[in-house]
Amino acid sequence: MPNRIASFVSRRALHLIPVWLGVSLLAFSMANLAPGDPAEIMLLRQMGQAPDAESVARIRGDLGLDRPFAVRYIRWLVKAVRGDLGLSYRTGTPVLRVLADRLPATLQLAVAAWLLSLVMAIPLGVIAAVSRDSTGDNFARVIALLGTSIPSFVLAYVLILAFAVTFRLLPVAGYDGWRYLVLPVLTLGIGEAAALARLTRANMLEVLEQDYVRTATAKGVPRHMVLVRHALRNALNPIVTLAGVRIGRLLGGAAIVETIFARPGIGKAIVDSIHDRDYPVIQGFVLFTGTVFLIANLLVDLSYAWLDPRVRLADTTKEARGSA
Amino acid sequence: MLGLVLVAGVAVTALAAPLIATHDPGVIDAMRRLEGPSRDHLLGTDNLGRDMLSRLIHGSRYSLGTVALSTLLIMGIGVLVGTVAGYYGGLIDDILMRVVDALLAFPSLLLALAIAGTLGPGLTSVIAGVVTVWWAGYARVVRGMVLAMRETGFVASARSLGGTDGHIILHHILPNVVPSVVILATIEMGELILAVAGLGFLGLGAQSPAPEWGTMVSDARSFLLSAPQLMIYPGIAISLSVIGFNLLGDGLRDVLDPRARVEMPGR
Repeated sequence: MPNRIASFVSRRALHLIPVWLGVSLLAFSMANLAPGDPAEIMLLRQMGQAPDAESVARIRGDLGLDRPFAVRYIRWLVKAVRGDLGLSYRTGTPVLRVLADRLPATLQLAVAAWLLSLVMAIPLGVIAAVSRDSTGDNFARVIALLGTSIPSFVLAYVLILAFAVTFRLLPVAGYDGWRYLVLPVLTLGIGEAAALARLTRANMLEVLEQDYVRTATAKGVPRHMVLVRHALRNALNPIVTLAGVRIGRLLGGAAIVETIFARPGIGKAIVDSIHDRDYPVIQGFVLFTGTVFLIANLLVDLSYAWLDPRVRLADTTKEARGSA
Repeated sequence: MLGLVLVAGVAVTALAAPLIATHDPGVIDAMRRLEGPSRDHLLGTDNLGRDMLSRLIHGSRYSLGTVALSTLLIMGIGVLVGTVAGYYGGLIDDILMRVVDALLAFPSLLLALAIAGTLGPGLTSVIAGVVTVWWAGYARVVRGMVLAMRETGFVASARSLGGTDGHIILHHILPNVVPSVVILATIEMGELILAVAGLGFLGLGAQSPAPEWGTMVSDARSFLLSAPQLMIYPGIAISLSVIGFNLLGDGLRDVLDPRARVEMPGR
């Protein structure tokens, strides 16, 4: 058995290598998508005026921009693996340093929003499913539908108007203690909770119709035990699988939420570096996000295989990931 | 049902915008700035005295037009790549699926944001960003369907009757794949509207004075305290469209395939 798990783990990890190379290629191509010459843009940033042809040519040589794409990509990749993501065009700081500075703000936001969404969504979804088609269920469904349909950037301003402007309970923007975390977490968490509640309800409804739930009920197991032990446990499995994907969604949502609430996180850094055309930062952050997302998905796959032996036994090649 | 009504309503609004709108959405009237609702301006005017309702009506063209065009491209690329990968298998399947995996390795919105942003602001960039990211999920779903279909009797019998690959794909596989893809696209439409509006809000989409809904919300930020309705109206317009597509998607899913729910692998 341990052997099987080890081979499952190593197979999954090996599968990640070509995918990660693709991720890195995509990240590197970012700068090459852009209209304009990076050397010119960099000089323009640093000097504040249009550079002459000679210094552009010099910088192109220094940065290796006169080499073919493949050579530049491989050089960049080798450096990136060693932790050197280059320097920001705008500030001259190493990109890795910028990442390290920005990570805590985003982590706090994403983890808090994720926890909030779980706490809100699972009870809501379970109650809705158990009392199917009741007033409570319909109410929960309407709330969940609204939650998934209102754009986060509109919700954010509604919350600002309510809590920061009208009642003056919380600060609008900034990054200095938990009070600044409340509104961003609510904004991000409510949308996430709504999506998760819909999923929980749907999964619960499916599980409640299964034979083993009927058997347990027929055996005289108390209702709450059936719900928690037999139904909820199985209904939550797919939700665990989706956790990695959901964390990625939260990172995407963080770009908008951090911009609105002026939180110095990764999402805001990407938006800012896009407006600044700071390509090394864009490349570094895209590579970082893709890598984190891949690792998160790997961990989720592994935990799922751990929870459910059928997955690792049935997993022959790459099919399991597609059907998971 | 409500979903269908909402979607049809928004679609008709977008198609007939010039007929419905009472004012030109771009005409500035400095004397009548930030007015409340009146007979002349049903939803009042914005900070430049432009008719709010007419801007919302014309905005549906930008928002839904972008999403509709993106969806067509996404479906086209997704079906093409998924069919080729699933039908031919082997090396080409391996390569295409690694590309798909790499694209799905990112939070969709973040990658679309990076691509659209790097290309420069504008609706074309938004479409390019969204399409580059979103087709991958479709390709994987289609590939799965084609793989399953390749093993079924009707494909084998078509082949034994001497059907060429092109004939089999066109006449036997695609007619079975396309309906599911359309349903999937309907389910995903709400998400796509939110993504496009979000990029617009971040300043990457249509540039003002274009009345794209996300851009309108963004423009209204300076008037949050004095005139929150400038933000609320486009916010409601976006939400209603998303609710419509979400309800329609749920309905289609229930009617056509109540058990096997089509879930996207990514996002």
